[in-house]
Amino acid sequence: MISKDQILKIAKLARLSLNKQEEEQFADQFSAILGYFEQMSAVNTEGVEPLITPTEMEFHWREDEAVQWQNMGSEVVERSPDHSGKLFKVPPVVG
Amino acid sequence: MTLQNKSLFELRKLLEQKEISSKELTGFFLERIERFDSALNSFVTVNDQALAQAERADEKRARGEKGKLLGLPVGIKDLLCTKGLKTTAASKMLENFVPPYSATVVTRLEGEGAVTLGKLNQDEFAMGSSSENSYFGPTKNPWNPQFVPGGSSGGSAAAVAAGLAPATIGTDTGGSIRQPAGFCGIVGVKPTYGRVSRYGIVAFASSLDQAGPMTRTVKDAALISEVISGFDPYDSTTSEKSVPAWSEKISGALSGKTIGVIKEFVEAKLHPDVKEQVDRALAMFKEAGATVKEVSLPHSDLSIPVYYMVATSEASSNLARYDGVRYGFRADFSAHPAESVEEFYCRTRGEGFGSEVKRRIMLGTYALSSGYYDAYYKKAGQIRRLLADQFMAAFKQVDVLFGPVTASPAFAIGDRVSDPLAMYLNDIFTTSANLVGVPGMSVPVGFSKEGLPIGVQLMAAPFQEQVMFDAALALEERAGISERLPNGY
Repeated sequence: MISKDQILKIAKLARLSLNKQEEEQFADQFSAILGYFEQMSAVNTEGVEPLITPTEMEFHWREDEAVQWQNMGSEVVERSPDHSGKLFKVPPVVG
Repeated sequence: MTLQNKSLFELRKLLEQKEISSKELTGFFLERIERFDSALNSFVTVNDQALAQAERADEKRARGEKGKLLGLPVGIKDLLCTKGLKTTAASKMLENFVPPYSATVVTRLEGEGAVTLGKLNQDEFAMGSSSENSYFGPTKNPWNPQFVPGGSSGGSAAAVAAGLAPATIGTDTGGSIRQPAGFCGIVGVKPTYGRVSRYGIVAFASSLDQAGPMTRTVKDAALISEVISGFDPYDSTTSEKSVPAWSEKISGALSGKTIGVIKEFVEAKLHPDVKEQVDRALAMFKEAGATVKEVSLPHSDLSIPVYYMVATSEASSNLARYDGVRYGFRADFSAHPAESVEEFYCRTRGEGFGSEVKRRIMLGTYALSSGYYDAYYKKAGQIRRLLADQFMAAFKQVDVLFGPVTASPAFAIGDRVSDPLAMYLNDIFTTSANLVGVPGMSVPVGFSKEGLPIGVQLMAAPFQEQVMFDAALALEERAGISERLPNGY
């Protein structure tokens, strides 16, 4: 049902590289899983609005004002794998 | 003093009566973690500030300051951000991540004086039902270390069961509190969606995730639920409904209450020992004065595909943030530079995530992709609404819904991990509650012939946790096993 080619396409869409084992096994696993999910197509859902937020939504309004959030700035940038001052640093991309 | 199997209420009384200090109590659990956890692997990180926090709690008590959990040690699943304390989501992707802020749940617990013992092991990014998907190795079930504790909150469950922490916090997206609570013989509660803030909790599926207590007793779970529940301006999906004093109002007398046994759950293929405990529980409800009747939830049979379509779709979006730029793991590009931004992301994410996480992100990506969105994601959402309608119709006839929490007791480590679909089917009874948003909990009632714990599940209508706690208490009082510890613990 799902080919290895499709697996590689989906992985690319999801920005994921796969190891050899995953490349080998995912096609069969996905086929089994999606095959099991086919049961859903038997249900008549004509005109049914999908449910997204499970409990009754309450709308909480506030003024749209900018607030300095605690110790924003250097404290956040510090956690990046590489930074320069207050900037996140990434390696140059050749392409 | 035998403290490791005492409830929070009992420990709180000892602290209030000055029979023990928080420093001594916290030290007691820290020593047990050091002694027992290498065999269990339930903790990822022990809080090196725990004793200092405990001392501050003792000082507060000396000054007459109050707190519902003052001086009580609590463990936190490693999915919740704890300021200054490593938070990994059991993933290589966040292996060294130290958050600059705490989750609201953590802030509220500490606000009532709780001491953070440490961070608990889990399936990576909360994706799993066995805790075998942790980057830091599996957690063992303290009742039998060849068996899984369940997942994804396996560390949280094992730690309480083994007496390494009197209470812990877990999260539940498709059963990740209730199933491990069942497998480890403790109480686990998933509150109504919207009761507990998700701010600071590493997101898996935003319309399903909820944090909740994992404890030795029902009343303890009710107390922790009170502390962590309530509107949070940082999470707009939280409800402004007031939080009742569940632990004060709780009562195991059930006359006038109706328990609805879910036909599809009890007629499913159940391990004979699970069936036996389910029947025992029904007898207990009747003895407590409740009326028991059967209800049917026909679409509950589809809860697995619906859940896995919805949850993985939401996960594919939530986990897009792990790109190696601003925090977390970044692949090593020094020897082989990336030739495109796409390659930068692919290698970082491909190396940082485990297989199950990748599988789920990809399932979600597929479900949302053009050409498949209607057949998978939209369809799942529609069935979700029909299922919710069935639940609400059932709650017009009954106060509490009842059934098993799992089809069997804990399974052996390695048994299901190579068959993803078999692993997903572990959640067959628990995913409905997340899809519909209702509160659910697992209560231990007995043991299998092999000595593995068996729990049962209760659910109530949205925001009606009180009656769920009441029914759970009725079971606990009659089961009489909340002080049991596994051999050697």
